[in-house]
Amino acid sequence: MKLKLDNETFWLVGGVLAVLAVATVLGRFLRARVRDDRGVKTVQNLNARIKAWWMMVAVFGLAMLTGGIGSVILFGLTSFMALREFITLTPTKPSDHRTLFWVFFVITPLQYWLVATGWYGLFAIMIPVYAFLFVPLRSVISGDCDRFLERTAKIQWGLMVCVYCVSHAPAMFLLTIPGYEGQNGKLLFFFVLVVQISDVLQYVWGKTLGRHRIAPHVSPNKTWEGFFGGVATATLIGAGLWWATPFTPLQSAGMSLAITLMGFGGGLVMSAIKRDRGVKDYGAVIEGHGGVMDRIDSICFAAPVCFHLTRYFFT
Amino acid sequence: MTADLLAILARTISGANGRWVGCVPDTRQRIYFANHTSNLDALVLWAVLPPEVRLLTRPVAARDYWAAGRLRRHLAEKMLHAILIERKKPTAHDNPIGQIVEAMGETGSIIIFPEGGRFSGPDPMPFKSGLYHLAQKRPVVELVPVLMDNLNRILPKGEVLPVPLLGSVTFGTPIQLLDGESKPAFLERAWRDLVKLRDL
Repeated sequence: MKLKLDNETFWLVGGVLAVLAVATVLGRFLRARVRDDRGVKTVQNLNARIKAWWMMVAVFGLAMLTGGIGSVILFGLTSFMALREFITLTPTKPSDHRTLFWVFFVITPLQYWLVATGWYGLFAIMIPVYAFLFVPLRSVISGDCDRFLERTAKIQWGLMVCVYCVSHAPAMFLLTIPGYEGQNGKLLFFFVLVVQISDVLQYVWGKTLGRHRIAPHVSPNKTWEGFFGGVATATLIGAGLWWATPFTPLQSAGMSLAITLMGFGGGLVMSAIKRDRGVKDYGAVIEGHGGVMDRIDSICFAAPVCFHLTRYFFT
Repeated sequence: MTADLLAILARTISGANGRWVGCVPDTRQRIYFANHTSNLDALVLWAVLPPEVRLLTRPVAARDYWAAGRLRRHLAEKMLHAILIERKKPTAHDNPIGQIVEAMGETGSIIIFPEGGRFSGPDPMPFKSGLYHLAQKRPVVELVPVLMDNLNRILPKGEVLPVPLLGSVTFGTPIQLLDGESKPAFLERAWRDLVKLRDL
């Protein structure tokens, strides 16, 4: 896991910082100009997002600069926090307590240890095979059959989405791409950038032009206009970043399209879960923690697909 | 210093920050009464109070649990400055209410769990009469309902190792004993005010 700091990395990081700087200035400008109540709320929300972005970029940049290992630790902690939110939101019983202890303190660190040591074979099957079998086994020992399948399924789902899927992002360091050795950090940066910029652009297009809701019961803020606008512009931006990736411009566009579509799907599915559990509960329990899951829902779905597409076609 | 570290640790493990929906943190004399589902409750409620309030606030805890074992005893006596009371059989000589009122003095606040034990049903148990007697003895003190949520999943009864889920501690609107209010009516009202916090 070595990371070369080349010109392209510099342009990627510099570009993101420049965009953020412009966004911050724009946010200040809007705050001074907008007067009506709804507008003020939107601008407050926008400025909060921009602030959160600075934080995320700082943390992510630091993780990148330490080479692969920093990213592994960062995504490992993110998984841990996301799982914490997911299980908090999901009712389990006291008889699941010890299973959960294993899930948090053994299985999750083990998965990221496998990424850090580059043991691809076990990384790919540890959670779908071994943890899948271990979770019901550990729960059945407690002897509580009430809603057994439901409880087991929820814990397994949490593990798959919050840990297994997310761990595919830092696992991009494991790919040996001919002609791209030592540059995988840029691939990871590209991936995260496309996912997040797609989220932002869908939000922006939706806020400005959004009329027709895609799934009003699941996520009232998602509109067709936001979806098409966001996916198209994020795909274009992704294509324009081909120089930082192992892809040609056309391949880069295709990969960006796959990433944005999966990201959109992830956001929708995680919304449905929140709605199922009642958003109110979620907010009450994690107030002040600012929902890690809300920020990474699109990464959950996009990371494994981006990883495997790259692995299949480019290694 | 070590107490501050303990408070930070407790907040990290429980993922809880105080949500002050019915009042603001204040150093005035208060009785915080909370539902009780986990051994973490007293520690976490104490930990989410701001430091200057925390210094003045002592949890009331059962001696049979907190005096058993050196670590627990150290935690209760040296860190939390808990008021340890006998819950098995109160006698004329060892009357917890008198002991608590004396320990509060003129400025101290306390944390009590008026259910008299840990219960993990969907609703808290009906309150025992201790809260009423305290309110009667100290009528000017504010009684603050506090809802502890999800902590029993972090550390259920009978478990030693915690799981890092997110708990929450919600502070409601202070109440006081009304003129001529009967014991059952007051306890019922206090109970309802506590349960109401779940919907906020």
